[in-house]
Amino acid sequence: MQHGKYRFIAGFLAAPLALYAIFVIWPFAQSIYYSFTDWTGLSPDFQMVGFDNYSRMLDDEIFWKSLQHSVLLVLLLPLVTLGLALFFAFMLNVGGRRRKGAAIAGVRGSSFYKIAYFFPQVLSIVIVALLFQFAFNPTSGMLNATLKSIGAKSLQPDWLGDPDLALYCVMVVLIWSTVGFFVVLFSAGMASIPKDFYEAALLDGASRITTFFKITLPLLWDTVQSGWVYMGILALGVEAFTAVQVMTVGPGGPDYSTTVLPLYVYQTAFRDAQAGYATTIGVGLLIVTMLFAAVVMRLGRRERLEF
Amino acid sequence: MKVTETPPAVPAPRSPVRTTDVAAGEPAKSSEGKVLNVFSHGVLIIWAVLVVMPLLWAVMSSFKSDDSILSTPWQLPDRLHFENWTRAWTQAHMGDYFLNTLLVVGGSLVGTLLLGSMAAYVLARFDFPGNRFVYFLFIGGMSFPIILALVPLFFVMNNMGLLNTVHGLILVYIAYSLPFTVFFLTSFFRTLPTSIAEAAMLDGASHTRTFFQVMLPMAKPGLISVGIFNFLGQWNQYMLPTVLNTDPDGKVLSQGLVELATSQGYKGDWSGLFAGLVMAMLPVLAAYVVFQRQVVAGLTAGALK
Repeated sequence: MQHGKYRFIAGFLAAPLALYAIFVIWPFAQSIYYSFTDWTGLSPDFQMVGFDNYSRMLDDEIFWKSLQHSVLLVLLLPLVTLGLALFFAFMLNVGGRRRKGAAIAGVRGSSFYKIAYFFPQVLSIVIVALLFQFAFNPTSGMLNATLKSIGAKSLQPDWLGDPDLALYCVMVVLIWSTVGFFVVLFSAGMASIPKDFYEAALLDGASRITTFFKITLPLLWDTVQSGWVYMGILALGVEAFTAVQVMTVGPGGPDYSTTVLPLYVYQTAFRDAQAGYATTIGVGLLIVTMLFAAVVMRLGRRERLEF
Repeated sequence: MKVTETPPAVPAPRSPVRTTDVAAGEPAKSSEGKVLNVFSHGVLIIWAVLVVMPLLWAVMSSFKSDDSILSTPWQLPDRLHFENWTRAWTQAHMGDYFLNTLLVVGGSLVGTLLLGSMAAYVLARFDFPGNRFVYFLFIGGMSFPIILALVPLFFVMNNMGLLNTVHGLILVYIAYSLPFTVFFLTSFFRTLPTSIAEAAMLDGASHTRTFFQVMLPMAKPGLISVGIFNFLGQWNQYMLPTVLNTDPDGKVLSQGLVELATSQGYKGDWSGLFAGLVMAMLPVLAAYVVFQRQVVAGLTAGALK
């Protein structure tokens, strides 16, 4: 019996663990090792170079630019996205006309709003980025055509072609595609907060804005915090990479104004054939990610409220 | 609220739903509610328009001629140019990309659910040395930047002869979907009652048989949620195939679209590009509208844990 149990466990774990080890764990471990080598990726020979790649990274202007952009994304994206999502979710849940003596009520058609808001979440970020790339097109895009039609003929920004604007255009796309998910998530959380809390507070003369900060936000804090981590990983990871890679000129341009760390890793490895140095930047990205998660966990630590 | 609002002195119900608590005694509160109502509908509608407009605009543009897309982006099409769609499907190989994506996602979804549930079941239900270690090894993969592993992964795949192959891509998709799948299904298996599995064992079923015939059917809701989550993630995957699957004939949908955007940009075939985009967009949106409840549950399930 006992013997059979262990054989069963081993049998069931073997295939998933083997796949995971070969394609995830092993490459991760290797990447740390390669970050200390001068490997090009093209030839099988390489040498250990100690911390050369790391000191090179600290002198690399493009690395600092990418880091700056990534940090900006990590700070702004969660703030704006979660802020908007909380706002919309609150409007959905308490913005309704009061009926039958309920202190607060959801707006009519809230399920319709939730369905529509969730659309971008199921679409590939590639589709979204391509769509917006066209909308941002300075000569024939939707945005400038709208500006023209409302009479702002002199105001025709280059959007993705303007180094000062390009990164914000990318940000808008990422915000557009993620807000809906959090509206639905927060809305579900808000719906589970007992209505008596609001009734009691409103009875005591609190305004609705006060109830948001004193009741809704504290009770939703756990969800907000995990959303924060999720958005941060998104801003440092695949989604930011994809949006920049698909939308911007270069990609990463104009003039390195939109490069982010994952894109720089990708370009260094597969365009410049400097696999060793690329993994070094990747380790830099890993450190930034872990720092971010640690900061959010630390700042967000509060007593858990049970209700 | 009910307490302060004495029965209405002035019966002035503005809408049939709000009859009892029209705040006669407290006009301030009532108007606050009304202003808030108008305001919230206002902002909610604006965001809904901002979300839906670009999508509708893409659908509309896919039926227009190139000239009118560029010169009059907001005008309705003069007639429905279906030839854009056929051009995108055949000449731009959207048909092939669809098939490739279906093949890869079909294979990897089945693999992910099977291997993920096997690992999760063992981790959730059996005590053995190293259980915690294996569990954290799996879920640790959720927070690491994939791009870091991607550079060595390229060469691992190359050495194994798996680069630019469908089965290679399937294996990688499965491996990178395992962390979340194992995390989700482990907590799901923990919530299932143990008594039924024990009864099956007493009746002489083996561990393997108990898993496939008793536990898997019971875990169906969890499998559906995590299946939807993985389906969307794998269907929309861009970074992994961009690096690991560069063969022009084997491209998946998201790669094909980027390819299409680049090449159509040179040719000026915007209508073909929009037809391709809409083609890729509509099946997923349609499936979402039909299975709305399950999709939302599947995608938000992870974040609420």
